[in-house]
Amino acid sequence: MSFPLLTATAVLPAVGAIVTAAVPAARRTAAKWLALLVSLATLALAVTVLVRFDPDGDRYQLTESRSWIAEFGVRYELGVDGIGVALIALTALLIPFIILAGWHDADPSPSSPLRSSKGGADETKAPYKWRPTQGFFALILAVEAMVIISFEATDVFLFYVFFEAMLIPMYFLIGGFGDRAHAGSDENASAQRSYAAVKFLLYNLVGGLIMLAAVIGLYVVAGSFSLQEIAEARANGSLDMATNTERLLFLGFFFAFAVKAPLWPLHTWLPNAMGESTAPVAVLITAVVDKVGTFAMLRFCLGLFPEASEWATPVILVLALVSIIYGALLAVGQRDIKRLIAYASISHFGFIVLGIFAMTSQGQSGATLYMVNHGISTAALMLVAGFLISRRGSRLIADYGGVQKVAPVLAGTFLVGGLATLSLPGLAPFVSEFLVLVGAFARYPVVGIIATVGIVLAALYTLVLYQRTMTGPVKPEVSAMPDLRVRELVVIAPLIALLIGLGVYPKPLTDLVNPAVEHTMSDVQKKDPKPEVEAAK
Amino acid sequence: MSASAVHSLWTMAADPIDKIDAPKIEYGQLSPMLIVIGAAVIGVLIEAFVPRKTRYHVQLFVSVVALVAAFAAVVGLAARGFGTTKAHIAAMGAIAVDGPALFLQGTILLAGLVAIFTFAERRLDPEAHGNRVDSFAAQAGSVPGSEGERAATKAGFTTTEVFPLALFAIGGMLVFPAANDLLTLFIALEVFSLPLYLLCALARRKRLMSQEAAVKYFLLGAFASAFTLFGIALLYGYAGSVSYATIANVVEGNVKTIDPALADTMGNDALLLIGVAMVVMGLLFKVGAVPFHMWTPDVYQGAPTPVTGFMAAATKVAAFGALLRLLYVVLPGLRWDWRPVMWGVAIVTMLVGAIVAITQTDIKRLLAYSSIAHAGFILAGVIATTPDGVSSVLFYLAAYSFVTIGAFAVVTLVRDAGGEATHLSKWAGLGRRSPLVAAVFAVFLLAFAGIPLTSGFTGKFAVFKAAADGGAGALVVIGVLSSAIAAFFYIRVIVLMFFSEPKADGPTVAVPSPLTMTAIGVGVAVTLVLGVAPQYFLDLAGQAGVFVR
Repeated sequence: MSFPLLTATAVLPAVGAIVTAAVPAARRTAAKWLALLVSLATLALAVTVLVRFDPDGDRYQLTESRSWIAEFGVRYELGVDGIGVALIALTALLIPFIILAGWHDADPSPSSPLRSSKGGADETKAPYKWRPTQGFFALILAVEAMVIISFEATDVFLFYVFFEAMLIPMYFLIGGFGDRAHAGSDENASAQRSYAAVKFLLYNLVGGLIMLAAVIGLYVVAGSFSLQEIAEARANGSLDMATNTERLLFLGFFFAFAVKAPLWPLHTWLPNAMGESTAPVAVLITAVVDKVGTFAMLRFCLGLFPEASEWATPVILVLALVSIIYGALLAVGQRDIKRLIAYASISHFGFIVLGIFAMTSQGQSGATLYMVNHGISTAALMLVAGFLISRRGSRLIADYGGVQKVAPVLAGTFLVGGLATLSLPGLAPFVSEFLVLVGAFARYPVVGIIATVGIVLAALYTLVLYQRTMTGPVKPEVSAMPDLRVRELVVIAPLIALLIGLGVYPKPLTDLVNPAVEHTMSDVQKKDPKPEVEAAK
Repeated sequence: MSASAVHSLWTMAADPIDKIDAPKIEYGQLSPMLIVIGAAVIGVLIEAFVPRKTRYHVQLFVSVVALVAAFAAVVGLAARGFGTTKAHIAAMGAIAVDGPALFLQGTILLAGLVAIFTFAERRLDPEAHGNRVDSFAAQAGSVPGSEGERAATKAGFTTTEVFPLALFAIGGMLVFPAANDLLTLFIALEVFSLPLYLLCALARRKRLMSQEAAVKYFLLGAFASAFTLFGIALLYGYAGSVSYATIANVVEGNVKTIDPALADTMGNDALLLIGVAMVVMGLLFKVGAVPFHMWTPDVYQGAPTPVTGFMAAATKVAAFGALLRLLYVVLPGLRWDWRPVMWGVAIVTMLVGAIVAITQTDIKRLLAYSSIAHAGFILAGVIATTPDGVSSVLFYLAAYSFVTIGAFAVVTLVRDAGGEATHLSKWAGLGRRSPLVAAVFAVFLLAFAGIPLTSGFTGKFAVFKAAADGGAGALVVIGVLSSAIAAFFYIRVIVLMFFSEPKADGPTVAVPSPLTMTAIGVGVAVTLVLGVAPQYFLDLAGQAGVFVR
């Protein structure tokens, strides 16, 4: 067997996490650099995966297979298709920016009660030290490792293990490292933060546990956890799931992914979690971790339960539509910048789910592109918002005004991020949103039409956000606001370049994704409806 | 008088007796139990003859050596194939030497060894009058708060009797899951219960609470034992024997000859059902299943924490072993009768354990309710009635016992002026004061909650899979839901430790001796190894999953 590239891509950040956590308390900066280097090395590995992957080759490539827990019929099976490769690349790409953007987020604050009560001298004498900085970066790397391996797993059990396990580091990231910019007192902020963390964990844990029951059920029915084995058994007719069983199992899986994605009405944890965490962690949640949910819908819901997926499509499409409209409407009404972006994300996840369950190749390609593009655009918008918030110390839109006169670069990047969010032609998200709508329209015209309302609302909430914060008279509190620093520019410039690049020339990405989507389409035995008007391509 | 003459009118000649069959005892196969109980007897002698100053070290040495030797004996027996091909019944039908028995004995011995380490810990309490003290009362007989107690403390007395007591308990627990007739079962039950009642009463701090716990445990335990004994009598009436194999044969209708002395009762199903219900009731009491769980929180809270950890882990292993053997060896023919009842018990146990735990404010009571919920999960595996069911339960027990001992060992570390600070509010901000201890405890809590990559998940998956395979899908769904409920309170503790600000008058974390560190270290290591690479141990449990009859 050749070099286990996929394992290495996941193990590297995991090892990096352990080493980072072990860096001595005084070497805070070293821990940061270490984490950054590890994430860059992971990016290099992910690029290698991207290069070695042949879009027109086998469905799963770079496969690895080892025995793991024979008693449960579980194997350590990895393999990537085009969708997986795209998302691994997205993850590995975003993590270095997340680390850079969060460079100072976990520095021990001078007002920490532990310090004031015990004093600085005592702190160094304590046998075990509270090392928030090391912890923060180690947890980010741990999340990266788990997310990457869940994109690679072709064994349901293996996927489940990491799908669940990633909740724990995420939980500590949300609950342990809150946004310093909050409205109330310290006590209040800490209470809200742990509320958000617990809400995040409980929602996802309940989803995961229900999925656990379905995973066990799947094993009882199919006798295997391997995607390929189950697909083969289905193809040669040796596996014949009863209709009701398949539907129940599908629901068990879908519930977990819908919580993760998140889909209305299981979305309520997201605004809390994104609002209370720091901007980089919020990006981690929405741009990286949540993608596992939508990815899993494509790979597991459609791949394992094609008939049940079709059975559930009408309901899921309605839920997706509600997510699109409801998320956008609530985004319009938000007063808090981060919660606004969170609701915008809910709207966007609606589009992704819509694309997946439209059951057309344009829809599913669009959904996959959407996952990548939404990751980049939300990262850009949220990180700039984070820089903005850290300058003023407030998340409220009303506290800003006229920033573009004081900090033009910041305002400009914020605008580009915002325009990407509303899918302006020329920026990457436009392509994916267009494909999703075309795909949906081809099969369900009414659904397509309703979904377009979401675009209009997106324009409204983004532009109003920009107008209220960046234009108008300069508020006195804002007047001394510094523009983007070098570190912040390093974070933002590549993201914006990518948004423009993929917007103008999305072909590499579509070439990567399309064959994989064809496979998924053949899973559900669907062909695209004949186009009545030559428009799609 | 001639020899043939009649002695008298009221005697007659007896049958000539050729010889009496000497009982055949396979000492080698019984060696694990013999070693431990022998060491316990030696421990009693040490109390009598060894000077007070050196007793602690001698006792600790003897206990550790005995447990290690007994474990080596178990491994030796297993290596010689007694767990699989050569499984058979020893000691005139009293003791089964087979896979489940050896696996559980090994688990109990290792858990006991780790627990003994926590018993021997003497660095946590501040020194009293220049003497290092452990968690146990200076003199158990002295009235709490009396002059005698002060004198005993001042003289530096320590209750080194805990070591032989623990060894007796372990000895009884070794016999319990291996017992192959009802009388041996009952005797083993008493042999391990009585020392536990005593150990519960020996706390150095909060002695009244400890004694109250012991009295409650004793009274309820005696009550449960009485039920068991009555059930055994009824089963004897039903089958004409206390041997498992014979009862099983009668249940399955393979025995046609009826003992004339029992002609009225033998084969009477009423006796069978009532008898089984009573025996099982006694076992469910020891397991801590609802509705026989009432003692658990009080006893877990009152007992000295090392004892609680030992009890929670080892008793559960032994009692589930005995329950498995009873249900799988004696009563497979009756499974259509007991399965529905056990379904009900498992469901209420899972739900009550998980729901009531939410309202707890004391960490030891919380862990007690959590142990009830876990008993429910294990029962789900018991209900499977497949070989997978047996091995999944074996694995779960092994995984669970180390997590439990480790968790209670961490509880002993968090202390304030009044001893252990068990109220949850005191744990606020522990993650900031001592991240390592809090992180270790978090690992244990996550294992209890069944998060992947910990032993708790592997165990839970094993029992749920066995239950689903055995046709108990609904039980799995309820199990999963109660896991979700249970996760809530484990997480609450983590929130408290990591996300709450530490209070100014919060507890301190004592730095333990290598003994407790070993106990905790073993707990963490087992938790992670069984979570990440459980294959070897699942194999072991899988091979051990067949009973001998």
